[in-house]
Amino acid sequence: MNKAQTHPTNEKQNQKIATGDRAILPDGAKTVPIYVMGKRYEVPETLTIMKAMEFVGFKFIRGAGCRGGICGACSTVYRKAGDYKLHFGLACQTVVEPNMVLTQIPFYPANRAVYNIEEIEPTAESVYALYPELFRCVACNNCTKACPMDVEVMDYISAIKQGDLAKAAVLSFDCIQCGLCASRCMGELPQYHIAQLVRRIYGKYIQPRAEHLKKRVQEIDSGKYDGIVKALTEMELEELKRRYLESEREPNMALPGEWLPKDQEYL
Amino acid sequence: MKVLYYPGCTLKTKARNLGDTAVESLALLDIELEELSRWNCCGAVHSLADDDLIHLVAPVRVLIRALEQGGGRLVTICSMCYNTLARANRVMRDDPEKRKTINLFMDEEPDYQGEVEVVHLLSMFRDEVGWDLLRERIKIPLKGLKIAPYYGCTLQRPREVGIEPVGRFDLMKHFIEALGAEAVSMTSADRCCGSYQILGNPEVAKDASSIILADAGKSGADALVLSCPLCEFNLDRNQGVLFEEGRISKVVPAFYFTQLLALALGVDPRRCHLELNSEASIGLLRDKGIIAS
Repeated sequence: MNKAQTHPTNEKQNQKIATGDRAILPDGAKTVPIYVMGKRYEVPETLTIMKAMEFVGFKFIRGAGCRGGICGACSTVYRKAGDYKLHFGLACQTVVEPNMVLTQIPFYPANRAVYNIEEIEPTAESVYALYPELFRCVACNNCTKACPMDVEVMDYISAIKQGDLAKAAVLSFDCIQCGLCASRCMGELPQYHIAQLVRRIYGKYIQPRAEHLKKRVQEIDSGKYDGIVKALTEMELEELKRRYLESEREPNMALPGEWLPKDQEYL
Repeated sequence: MKVLYYPGCTLKTKARNLGDTAVESLALLDIELEELSRWNCCGAVHSLADDDLIHLVAPVRVLIRALEQGGGRLVTICSMCYNTLARANRVMRDDPEKRKTINLFMDEEPDYQGEVEVVHLLSMFRDEVGWDLLRERIKIPLKGLKIAPYYGCTLQRPREVGIEPVGRFDLMKHFIEALGAEAVSMTSADRCCGSYQILGNPEVAKDASSIILADAGKSGADALVLSCPLCEFNLDRNQGVLFEEGRISKVVPAFYFTQLLALALGVDPRRCHLELNSEASIGLLRDKGIIAS
């Protein structure tokens, strides 16, 4: 029994809480029970699933990557007490909840077609030929419900079936290739691999080229900047430092196109 | 007038000659086909197994999208989409037990009870546009063209969703006549074209389509008119193969009803996607002076 419980009036000031994602528990900080692969652990209530698992002694040698919600390595499936729903998240982003029952899905088998992007016809038919299982979709929507990035997975699959690769590329843009969609698919589709093929086709053949980038690359190739690069690389360190400190910097939050440096020689 | 429109996947890919010509023609009749902003495949075929509810999820999801976007009527053009959507809609309206199971499964969507009315474009011509108005708007009457209505299986069966009772083909007949062409009848207007058998069992499908095309030839028709992409493939695009294999002695091309409508309303033939039909179809229109040679 701790002090806070014996003196209810002082509860607030006496209760220690774990803060942020610190894994070293302050004395008396509040913990919650979670179940990892069926076994109960008490963990600080403020931790993410990943930190909580490390807190109780798990060591990630697979299924952990960027720890920033981008790499898609730490897919987690969980249920909450009394709720029939399956929940999905990334262990590095999802904060623990009391009585969540979870497991990690570091990898899920999904076939990936082999193709040469240089030789592919940029049409929906090419996608159908490489992934004929696309047409096994029954629109159950389990893929969308499983996505930890809130991608409308079923809608991009529908867009591909409708021949609209541009729409599918845009709808699937936030995909982090975690594979949870494929793990839940009734039609056994590897959605995220199909979407990646579509984005590659879109990026290489369909999306308009950036004209200003093309122009700049031509300028670089023509040697326009060779002189200044050479001057910089040969410059004395002190001079380089002085120039760096004196250099103009675009102000934060400047509106695009509003700000120009005083020295416009190389623009 | 604006009506919600469900194109279906094939009308966006292989059968642009069906979908695009419909949208353009209807605009000339002051009807805007407003495509659903979100939609998925209809499921293509209605499952006949009584307890196979998962295959109703796709069409019901489409109907929910239609309800979200204002509901009322949902117009479709492809015979298969029409059949699948209309039958799923009836299940949701009339079968409380299945309705409950499907609504419980689709717990992320609002409950659906069959509120949307699924309408085939041909029915809309008969019931709302009217043959008189259609006749008035015709710019290039399809004179001298003898056309046989071909309904296939899914426009009339089962009778609960049929656009016309089985055995009667007046709807397409009136449509053909409104375009200024002559309607001729043939006995196999509702005979199966062979359908998906063309993939797994092509001999069976070719036999089925050959019977229909031979009948069309005998009836004196210059062409067939239809509204199903699969029928179009078996009876039109595959016709050259049937002819070369000696299965038919006379070529009778097929058109989508929306292509003939577009031509008669004066839409530029280059926008009617005739390149997606069999070669014979363009030849016929040239011979009859409907398109420039």
